[in-house]
Amino acid sequence: MDRLAEIAPVMAPDAMLPRVVRVAKRTRDLPDTWTLELVAADGAPLPRYEPGQFTMLYVFGIGEIPVSISGDAADGSRIVQTIRAVGKVSEAFGRLTVGDTLGLRGPFGTAWPVAEGYEHDVVVVAGGLGLAPLRPALYRLQAERKRFGKLVLLYGTRRPEDILFRRQLANWRKQLDMEIEVTVDHAGHDWRGHVGVVTKLIPRLGVDAANTVALVCGPEVMMRFSASALHDIGMPEDAIHLSLERNMKCAVGLCGHCQFAGSFICKDGAVMRYDTVRRLLALKEI
Amino acid sequence: MEGLERIVAEHRLFEGLGDEFIKLAAGCAKNVRFNADQYLFHAEDPADWIYLVRHGRVALELATPGRGAVQFETLGEGEIAGLTWLLPPYRWGYDARAIELVRAIALDAQCLRDKCEVDHDLGYALLKRFLPVLVQRLQATRLQMLDVYGSPR
Repeated sequence: MDRLAEIAPVMAPDAMLPRVVRVAKRTRDLPDTWTLELVAADGAPLPRYEPGQFTMLYVFGIGEIPVSISGDAADGSRIVQTIRAVGKVSEAFGRLTVGDTLGLRGPFGTAWPVAEGYEHDVVVVAGGLGLAPLRPALYRLQAERKRFGKLVLLYGTRRPEDILFRRQLANWRKQLDMEIEVTVDHAGHDWRGHVGVVTKLIPRLGVDAANTVALVCGPEVMMRFSASALHDIGMPEDAIHLSLERNMKCAVGLCGHCQFAGSFICKDGAVMRYDTVRRLLALKEI
Repeated sequence: MEGLERIVAEHRLFEGLGDEFIKLAAGCAKNVRFNADQYLFHAEDPADWIYLVRHGRVALELATPGRGAVQFETLGEGEIAGLTWLLPPYRWGYDARAIELVRAIALDAQCLRDKCEVDHDLGYALLKRFLPVLVQRLQATRLQMLDVYGSPR
């Protein structure tokens, strides 16, 4: 009972109760990846969220999984979420159509510390589907562009055909106020962009490393090496932020499925500072 | 220091290398340029030259049955196309193609190997500069092999 009392303050009153939301738009980003725009279906306003947070989405009768929010937090009319089909529940999201309803809990977790980048250079490093949880931060960075120094997005993915949000990246690049470098692990003869791991782009950043904030999201191995490379160019470890992923079930730090040493990713993360997790990332037991 | 020596000294690989060694390396060097889609070298050809990229980008490619040429790395300003010159059999294992206009310093590999045999201090100094490049590429290759962006299933 004491333990419950300790946890209770971090839980919103309805944290365990799903809201009913409706699919307003559905976009197939990649053959196995979908973006759903969700609107309220129960008459109440949608919850507001901060970039970097996630929700628990429930396909009725099938199951519930954590899903990154990938939309613009300034738009309170809908919650945009991007899902890759990797299991029974996430595959079911791909079968949803406009008008279908589903359950939503949250938002949960910590946020990207965008404001720490005020008056600093900001580097965003995304890998694969990791671009989705970083997109809300990119919207915020764009909306407050004048408050930041140099703004750079490095994006690594598997092949040119796996580039997520391709049209939006092209539009952002045209605006000329954010440097965007895309690299792929391998490509055909016609690809004219970078080929190689995303960490290779880091030494060429040309930022004021000691006064730069980095937001990193992608596969954990990619984040480890990216954070290490960012530190190698002179960035302080406490200025590097990673979004970790574990098997989240309750999302409120109660069930323990997402335990990460002394933390729970669902409530102490997903966004965590590199200096607090650096040593833990290399431990296979965690 | 002027002309080619200065250009060689300015390349990232030779930054901080002593003037005497720069002079020796520059004695094996020449300026080259490749237009877009021109090849710096082809797989199985002798590794006679090392290219220090000064401008433009180079694609390293492997011919793969059914997929044509697959790019596995691109190189840009300050990078090196060709590490195969260091060890026998001195033969390229892949193609290197200019994606756009490329300006580079070409170092005569045989000339450099001969100078390193005669002057081991030069050889050691060069090895200390090429070895980190090899290690970085090995680490990058490990990451690529893990295929971290692939579906977790």
